[in-house]
Amino acid sequence: MSLVELHAIHKSFGALEVLKGIDLSIDEGQVIALIGKSGSGKSTLLRTINGLEAIDDGVIMVDGKKISERDTDLLALRLQVGMVFQQFNLFPHYTALENVMLSPQVVKKQSKAEAREIAEEMLAKVGLADKMMHYPDQLSGGQQQRVAIARALAMKPKVLLCDEVTSALDPELVNEVLAVVRQLAEEGMTLVMVTHEMRFAREVCDKLVFMHQGRIHETGDPEEVFSNPKTPELSSFVGGLA
Amino acid sequence: MAYKFDFGAIVPHWELLVDGMILTAELTVIGAVVGVGLGIMGAWARASRAPVISQIVGVYVELIRNTPFLVQLFFIFFGLPALGVKLTEFQAAVLAMIVNLGAYSTEIIRAGILAIPQGQIEAAQSLAMNRVQIFRYVVLLPALKKIWPALSSQIVIVMLGSSVCSQIAAEELTFGANYIQAINFRAFEVYFVVTGLYLVMSILLRMGLKVLGNYLFERRRHV
Ligand SMILES: Nc1ncnc2c1ncn2[C@@H]1O[C@H](COP(=O)(O)OP(=O)(O)O)[C@@H](O)[C@H]1O
Ligand SMILES: [Mg+2]
Repeated sequence: MSLVELHAIHKSFGALEVLKGIDLSIDEGQVIALIGKSGSGKSTLLRTINGLEAIDDGVIMVDGKKISERDTDLLALRLQVGMVFQQFNLFPHYTALENVMLSPQVVKKQSKAEAREIAEEMLAKVGLADKMMHYPDQLSGGQQQRVAIARALAMKPKVLLCDEVTSALDPELVNEVLAVVRQLAEEGMTLVMVTHEMRFAREVCDKLVFMHQGRIHETGDPEEVFSNPKTPELSSFVGGLA
Repeated sequence: MAYKFDFGAIVPHWELLVDGMILTAELTVIGAVVGVGLGIMGAWARASRAPVISQIVGVYVELIRNTPFLVQLFFIFFGLPALGVKLTEFQAAVLAMIVNLGAYSTEIIRAGILAIPQGQIEAAQSLAMNRVQIFRYVVLLPALKKIWPALSSQIVIVMLGSSVCSQIAAEELTFGANYIQAINFRAFEVYFVVTGLYLVMSILLRMGLKVLGNYLFERRRHV
């Protein structure tokens, strides 16, 4: 049984149907790349997985349990599913360390010492052991994004969703963030990432999902899909990038 | 015949002015603390997605912001006894100030809340925080920081507005002034001095709020 299963997910914003029946299963330890043109529904799909976007129709199962719209279900869901955003979204009034410690303390009711230990471990993991006492505006974009990853990891999620985590970064800062994601993938973390880094997707991901106009248009092993796209849409999408 | 100034005529009544200042200060501190607390709750209700509560608070805000403070005060002091709520002058004055500041600060603080980037709230949601936790740990302090100057000004306005509480014989500073000039007929001198006293109190209040703001929003490590 898969860790996360999406069945026939539909989502509209007003008259605009953004997700037109998505089926997707995410296995434990799998690293999935979600690619597609801007506006194809990638972010919306990702956001439905942790309940930031309510769905109109369909079923989401996490760990074999169906997720309803009740607040308690959503909170339980989000304990399993972490998310990192394009715009880092660190809390500006807390240091890096406090950003990472906050949720373990207030949500998981960990003691300060316990939360601190985990936070220091996570910040060390993303290479920021020496920046723990810095505030977000004292950090570069790449460093902020790594804090955001550490913050999500400190909650020990089973799945991590990454929505274009390098798109807001200056080119020279992209690699330090990708290196962290690559390390997570190698450690067996389950990842779903929206990305435009095709080389990275090819090297790191187990499964490629190409979205087009609110549907999963093509999916498969990255190597295969890239070298031998079956649909003209993916072909032109990949070609347009090269 | 020229008017002869005689500021000395106030001296025998100085205690009345000091007592008045103290009462004005008390009204202001209680009114500000409870009023801003009410404003925080009101702003949260307005910004939340609970439509009924939000609308009730909306009506309260508009009612208070579109009626004179003096009428609100009279309503509380002279009107409420009809419902069996009999308040002392001080209680009525404090309540009027709380209700008044609560409405204005609801709108001010709401603007601060709306200025918090949605992404930060979504990040907090993704970390499995509930609404209360998000408001308390992620939204409140940065929101207050954004609107602290506006909120400070409103608190000063409310302190100055407390002068109308003399109309229900709450013995604050303006009441003292009215009383003294009724005895010694030295209106110019009395109101000249009282104007200066309000000015001093305003400046002190502004300074105090600035210090409080620095304390609240200064970068303090919590661990
Ligand atoms: N909150 C929203 N309200 C209205 N329309 C939205 C909202 N979020 C996304 N959309 C629309 O849904 C479509 C898909 O958006 P999105 O999922 O962000 O695409 P992608 O991440 O693939 O670029 C776009 O047309 C976008 O304008
Ligand atoms: Mg997107």
